Amino acid sequence: MTVECTYREAMREAMREALRADERVFLMGEDVGRYGGCFGVSLGLLEEFGPERIRDTPLSESAFVGAGIGAAINGLRPIVEIMTVNFSLLALDQILNNAATLQHMSGGQIQVPLVIRMTTGAGRQLAAQHSHSLEGWYAHIPGLRVLAPATLPDARHMLAAALADPDPVIVFEHGSLYNTAGALDPGSPADSAAADITHAAVRRPGTDVSLVAYGGSLPKALEAAERLAADGISAEVLDLRTLRPLDQPALTATVGRTHRVVVVDEGWRSVGLSAEVAARIAESAFYELDAPIERVCTAEVPIPYARGLEEAALPQAADIVAAARRTVG
Amino acid sequence: MTPTRKSAGSPPPRKGRGRTDQSHEAKASAAQPGGGEAGKHRMLLLHEMLRIRRFEERCVELYSAAEIRGFVHLCIGEEAVAVGVAQALTEDDAIVSTYRDHGHALARGTPAESVMAEMYGRATGCSRGRGGSMHLFDTSRRFYGGNAIVGGGLPLAAGLALADRMTGRPRVTCCFFGDGAVAEGEFHETANLAALWELPLLLVCENNLYAMGTALDRAQAETDLALRASGYGMAAWSADGMDVLAVEHAARMAAESIRAGSGPHFLELRTYRFRAHSMYDPDRYRSKEEIARWKERDPIDLLAGRLRADGRLTDEGWTDLERAVAAELDAAVAAAREAPAEPVGDLLRFVTTPSNGAGEGASG
Repeated sequence: MTVECTYREAMREAMREALRADERVFLMGEDVGRYGGCFGVSLGLLEEFGPERIRDTPLSESAFVGAGIGAAINGLRPIVEIMTVNFSLLALDQILNNAATLQHMSGGQIQVPLVIRMTTGAGRQLAAQHSHSLEGWYAHIPGLRVLAPATLPDARHMLAAALADPDPVIVFEHGSLYNTAGALDPGSPADSAAADITHAAVRRPGTDVSLVAYGGSLPKALEAAERLAADGISAEVLDLRTLRPLDQPALTATVGRTHRVVVVDEGWRSVGLSAEVAARIAESAFYELDAPIERVCTAEVPIPYARGLEEAALPQAADIVAAARRTVG
Repeated sequence: MTPTRKSAGSPPPRKGRGRTDQSHEAKASAAQPGGGEAGKHRMLLLHEMLRIRRFEERCVELYSAAEIRGFVHLCIGEEAVAVGVAQALTEDDAIVSTYRDHGHALARGTPAESVMAEMYGRATGCSRGRGGSMHLFDTSRRFYGGNAIVGGGLPLAAGLALADRMTGRPRVTCCFFGDGAVAEGEFHETANLAALWELPLLLVCENNLYAMGTALDRAQAETDLALRASGYGMAAWSADGMDVLAVEHAARMAAESIRAGSGPHFLELRTYRFRAHSMYDPDRYRSKEEIARWKERDPIDLLAGRLRADGRLTDEGWTDLERAVAAELDAAVAAAREAPAEPVGDLLRFVTTPSNGAGEGASG
């Protein structure tokens, strides 16, 4: 049965389902309980599951993320919520030096079945310390799986797969997506099967240029594709979804179909995720390319507060359209 | 669970700034007279401490001979801490350790052969050559590793304890860390969280007076570490870390109190490392006189002296003990030398779980 639903509600329903299905699952983070979640994602879960399983934490990112790791090792299935990726840096030691590393350092004795959720991204005039897109940093780290659900079905169904993964998974939720709404069939087997955590997804087929995007940039890429279509340019939109491990065959395949590519990334261009995607394409599909790879990224500034400045700093649909036009000459 | 923080049990009073806690030592000694089962137990403690001492002395030789490499941090002088605390824990309890972890692993029961093979980076090593000296793991004994980030094991230990508390398992998680870690945010965040959530966590601070080369009073505004821990609303006290009986007594009381539901306990064990921080350390930051003074309270000599006074230990008995330890270590070194190297073809193993679809060693 299809219902009208927001991204936020889809994510909440995913957590509710996980909490009901497995008593080892619990949610832990700043203000996830009484407050209802900093972004309202966990609203109502405290009443349903109680304070043991919807666990408010002190403002101690390192301690509660590390505690999530320890609890995961010791038989539970924690979902740890961090308010934003900016704050996750306070827990980066635990994520990198413990969660991502313990299995290898222990010679395979330890697995860390932990899910960490956090928001990322700009667009709400929150200034530099609440607006950065650092998911590329996490995608750099062996031992982690990094997800960026951008659609309602992915928001609804990726969590279950993430919890079933025996290794640490980080889920990036772009802040601008929470209010996006649409029709969702919460129990749709097709949606749940499609929302895997390994493969990229073609969100719109096309023949002239590939727009490679993820997370909060996906709606902008789709909008750009619409505008390009009006000009007779057929753009394929590839949603990366999983930032680590990258779906290399999907990248090669889309370039094989369109021979031109624009990489859209709300992270910074320098040494970023877009650089990795572009390099992978150059390595695997260089002779398929009919034009230089284009990148549309955030300007190399800390994200400013003023609306005009923030908009200018971020990749916009118009920037994507312009880049795509350059590739088709 | 009823909150019984601070009130459960009757932990020994936290001592002030004195370096040793004589009353505690006397109490521990009185609690266990020299004869019978207690005497046997003390011989066991002596054996365990000697194993660790001799193991690490072999490590020095092997490092000097370039047979083992990497950072090697020795706990020579601190054996009473590892052995005394390990005796207070059950098989169901968990341990999280630091980069100075040989003693903790051996005291926990990880075979010397397995630890030595790890020093050699062999396939038979307890971490299959991925960890080395600083990252010994033995999950079959609930030994969750040497953590080489100062303070990095503390949140992890809180999580192990949290899972036990949430599932109602009567276990204790013991986390070792040094005095240096008390300056880290990780310590304070974890202490707060553990006390707030009444976690069954035993925080064991091995206060050897130096954070690498920085003396305690040059690194910490308040050098009474138990006092600082008590500020988080948990039971906290200090004991003589050179006296294995005092350590065991204090750790048993803390562990029993934690099992009874009193929440986390902080135990500061005042000890000293006789050797430098690591094999690279020229040890210029402390005087020979200071080291000599502490060596007068060598934990092995202290216990051996007591056992001799009680008539439990003779010269012959000591020789037998040395021989047994040497034989064990000879075998461990021989086995490690002959053990196969972990195949280079397996380099990418254990990054992610093979069954999870990422593919082992997936390049990302």
